[in-house]
Amino acid sequence: MDNYQHDKGMLVSILQDIQAEYNYLPEEVLVEVSQVLGAPLSQVYSVATFFKAFSLEPRGRYLINVCLGTACHVRGAVKVLEAIERELDIKAGGTTKDLKFTLETVNCVGCCALGPVVIIGGEYYGQMKTDKVKALLENYA
Amino acid sequence: MNKLSSPDELEKLRKSIIKRRDPNKPCVTICGGTGCLALRGERVITAFNQEIKRQRLETKVDVRVTGCPGFCERGPLVVIKPQNIFYQRVGEEDVPEIVSETVLKGNIIDRLLYPDPNTGKKIIYEPEVPFYEKQKRLIIGNNELIDPTTIDDYLAVGGYTALSKVLFGMSPEEVIGEVKKSGLRGRGGGGFPTGVKWETCRRAPGDTRYIICNCDEGDPGAFMDRSLMEGNPHSVVEGMIIGAYAIGGHQGYVYVRNEYPLAVRNARIAIKQAEEYGLLGKDILGSGFDFSIRINRGGGAFVCGESSALMASLEGKVGEPRAKYVHTVEKGLWDKPTNLNNVETWANIPLIINRGADWYAEIGTPRSKGTKIFSLVGKVNNTGLVEVPMGMTLREVIFDIGGGIPKGKKFKGVQTGGPSGGILPESLLDLPVDFDELTKVGSMMGSGGMIVMDEDNCVVDIAKYFISFLEGESCGKCVPCREGLKRMREILTDITEGRGEEGDIELLERLSTVLIDGSLCALGTTAPNPVLTTIRYFRDEYEAHVRDKKCPAGVCKELVTYQIIEEKCPGCGLCVKACPVEAITFMGKKKPVVLDQEKCIKCGACYDVCKLGAIAIK
Repeated sequence: MDNYQHDKGMLVSILQDIQAEYNYLPEEVLVEVSQVLGAPLSQVYSVATFFKAFSLEPRGRYLINVCLGTACHVRGAVKVLEAIERELDIKAGGTTKDLKFTLETVNCVGCCALGPVVIIGGEYYGQMKTDKVKALLENYA
Repeated sequence: MNKLSSPDELEKLRKSIIKRRDPNKPCVTICGGTGCLALRGERVITAFNQEIKRQRLETKVDVRVTGCPGFCERGPLVVIKPQNIFYQRVGEEDVPEIVSETVLKGNIIDRLLYPDPNTGKKIIYEPEVPFYEKQKRLIIGNNELIDPTTIDDYLAVGGYTALSKVLFGMSPEEVIGEVKKSGLRGRGGGGFPTGVKWETCRRAPGDTRYIICNCDEGDPGAFMDRSLMEGNPHSVVEGMIIGAYAIGGHQGYVYVRNEYPLAVRNARIAIKQAEEYGLLGKDILGSGFDFSIRINRGGGAFVCGESSALMASLEGKVGEPRAKYVHTVEKGLWDKPTNLNNVETWANIPLIINRGADWYAEIGTPRSKGTKIFSLVGKVNNTGLVEVPMGMTLREVIFDIGGGIPKGKKFKGVQTGGPSGGILPESLLDLPVDFDELTKVGSMMGSGGMIVMDEDNCVVDIAKYFISFLEGESCGKCVPCREGLKRMREILTDITEGRGEEGDIELLERLSTVLIDGSLCALGTTAPNPVLTTIRYFRDEYEAHVRDKKCPAGVCKELVTYQIIEEKCPGCGLCVKACPVEAITFMGKKKPVVLDQEKCIKCGACYDVCKLGAIAIK
């Protein structure tokens, strides 16, 4: 938080960094953020739950983000998402029991020309099709 | 590097940069935008660096990783200068050959050339590619000339000339006058005249004024702001400093989506470099004018693109909009007058100052000036970013530049303006694209998303998609938007799942009126547009869903069945393997497979895997 001069206005950025570090926002860290910034815990909590990018639950080692932006949608992103859900036996928002994958959806990552796009652990995979899903996930075995 | 303390020093530095560069020296430019990187462009970049080193060519050949030139469909893109030889879909394995043959000997490698999809003719030089030929790339064109992480590259193409001209030759009022005269309108969606906004902010009472760059590009399907921030961040920074000078602000913010990590990184680098050169910070170029910029990252909320919600988020609060009886130019961030423009708008400013308002106003239509960058995506051959003068027709953009619809399918509609816009049918293809024309037909310019749909897309499904998106993104503060969108989504879901009833279409129209009249911010007031335009232009498709319980496009799962076309099925068994629920049975070689409708979950795996078109969706 020193990086941000304890500036309340940088709350979203601070939470981003914490999440990047821990993979989620642990409760005790949120309490600390509120104390250090002098912002009520309720405010920290409301910001942490308002924005889609934050998670209050621990997440898997690899975060899978399926882009459901319009361009991906018209090219069949939902089918790809369903194929991943079947393959991992979890629903979007869920984490596999072995804490290996968390499956989430995102509304556009700006790779619209390559849709449907799936991002696994920061690696982008463009022009995805249902029949490529299995092999792709096996790379992360 | 010492800070530059006068315009002369800036020009001296620029001259020395240009002098050091030999325009005839071979240079490999590789796109380093998110699109090409997603296509493993990183490996191509590494391969080039290694190969140049291996052949000991470091002093003879430059390698430049640039921003996105826009033609993402064909990435990774490589251009060999000075000849401008254009290679597409380059893999790391092609790199040694490119260096030995093309860079050193000037020989063309045929297989890497772009084949014109209509004539099959291979095109060698970048400017001759039809995708680029009809564009007017005033804003995005520099992306491919510069390495966005090197300020010297921006200076070499005339960067910060406009800033120096403004600080030492124009009064703030003159700058505002110039921007007003240019006719520039906000590129973020609303299309509000930029100069007027600046003037109102300048005149608003108070001592402190804030300048914001909105790079929270939430419109799913649009990525021009990402591309500009990644590919040419200094043009945005320069625009912001000029705006700050004109308005009288000393603190600026760039609010950027965290989903755009490369844009965050490049903006940070650009700001730091500009500070080191004395182009940002105290006493810019010795003019006495101070201005600094901070970066804030968003957390994935569409509504934060709305100015008052964005400002709430900047204050560390939940990103909810407020009623704007008092505009943000008067009371914005921390209740101070605040001027917010989006990335593309800011990037237009240096151009207007350099070339003059009169020159700029010559481009475009009477009420929409300049060029606009569109993200041409979806079911179109050449997807990517397209910059054209305002007023070009949809047909020219989609068919001449975009190369038409893939696989010979039929055009159905084009969505402009993102979730707040509408879907326009074939009969409107000759509509000139500008702010007012699009509004007239029930859509809007928005930030410039242009999503093309073909006969395989269902408009009711698309309308449901946008309403679900907006329902999720609605902040929930006002009732019409929060509850109205939920009801609309429920009705649309019923229609797409075969439970539609007579009167549903009319009910959707009535609900839409409530949202338009009663919502707090533009998210709600424009939300019904996708529904209203699809009802207006594709009513028969809605009726097919409601009355006949059929989805003509074959998208809505509950209304379709998958069927094996026996004449076309050679019994190869690919679909049998692909089917996750064992609904397809192998009947022996050269015999068509059999699909059990009871077991079929309509996942589409068989359809995707079949190369022979032997599976039909009816």
